[in-house]
Amino acid sequence: MYAQMVKSEATQEDPEKLAAFQARIDAGEKIEPKDWMPEGYRKTLIRQIGQHAHSEIVGQLPEGNWITRAPTLERKAILLAKVQDEAGHGLYLYCAAETLGVSRDELTEMLLDGRMKYSSIFNYPTLNWADMGAVGWLVDGAAIMNQVPLQRTSFGPYSRAMIRVCKEESFHQRQGYDAIRKMAEGTPAQKKMAQDALNRMWYPSLMMFGPSDKDSVHSEQSMRWKIKMNTNDELRQKFVDQTVPQAEFLGLTIPDPKLKWNEERGHYDFSEPDWNEFHDVIRGNGPCNTDRLAARNKAWEDGRWVRDAMLAHARKKAARKIAAE
Amino acid sequence: MKNEWPLWEVFIRGQHGMSHRHVGSLHAPDAEMAIKNARDVYTRRNEGVSIWVVEANHISASSPSDKGPLYEPSESKVYRHPTFYDIPDEVGAM
Repeated sequence: MYAQMVKSEATQEDPEKLAAFQARIDAGEKIEPKDWMPEGYRKTLIRQIGQHAHSEIVGQLPEGNWITRAPTLERKAILLAKVQDEAGHGLYLYCAAETLGVSRDELTEMLLDGRMKYSSIFNYPTLNWADMGAVGWLVDGAAIMNQVPLQRTSFGPYSRAMIRVCKEESFHQRQGYDAIRKMAEGTPAQKKMAQDALNRMWYPSLMMFGPSDKDSVHSEQSMRWKIKMNTNDELRQKFVDQTVPQAEFLGLTIPDPKLKWNEERGHYDFSEPDWNEFHDVIRGNGPCNTDRLAARNKAWEDGRWVRDAMLAHARKKAARKIAAE
Repeated sequence: MKNEWPLWEVFIRGQHGMSHRHVGSLHAPDAEMAIKNARDVYTRRNEGVSIWVVEANHISASSPSDKGPLYEPSESKVYRHPTFYDIPDEVGAM
């Protein structure tokens, strides 16, 4: 999940208006930007969509890291297309957030100074080519798990952005699985690399869905508003159930000695990730937090003169045109 | 002056001769760049053969509170639909 621990805002408004708003949501109507909405709904959505957008943008860094070192030209072209998609996904989402009355530049600045978060997963490093396969397969797989139900979210622009994203996301997961399969079926050394990537990415991927339901304090209101469609544990279970057979096909082992099919539940039993590590990464102490934010800040600062120059040029051209008329 | 690029709404005509359809928005300093950006953001998979962009602040929109007065009048005019009329079977398809 690209939005974790999104704090929902309390709302103090006219109970009658609130009830009418809830009735619209319960009836499956979409809420559009100009419709009346509770302040809490608006603020929670800005936080969630913003965090989702930031994750797409920061998520380009761990993969961008390997574009120039892809093993073949074909893999390079594929990875380039995928990373470009992530930029597009970020833009769709920023635009959805902007309809709620916040500007993209404001959102960007809140990311850069740490007021807003992005998914914990992107604070882990990508150490070698096998990680590119594991990221596509597991990280994009986990993201899809969350994004597919969000296509039905109550806020129109968010729902439409999710529909576009989901159309493109399936390519991401499949190219990742294809890349790691190549290695899992390769030489013993390559297979070892694939297993090592799975070992490192497994628990961070499980963390993407956010804390366990019993510790998830923000879910209830967001679920009533259809901003959140499933609980964290539901999605995590679904992800494990889907991924285990895919790992078996590759001949790779999920790094969890407690992983076992539970006939009674009809699901896999599995170990929870280390939640202390999760909270530590969220607080800024993951292996790459400093690097990621430094890279985004540098890009923003280095690009400033380009943004300013293009705007100055556009204004000059517009002024000339008016003068000529 | 605020140095944010203005917001543009993007409309794309798909492959099959349909009307341009709103697909989303983006930021760009001017119309030319807006079209270039729209190409990159909204037609990465052959989604279109033509792009329109218009600055978002040039769009006028109806207000949600006008929904009643604007659209209710057409609800009672069932005779505007072909299914209102019974055509005898003997006449054939019409």
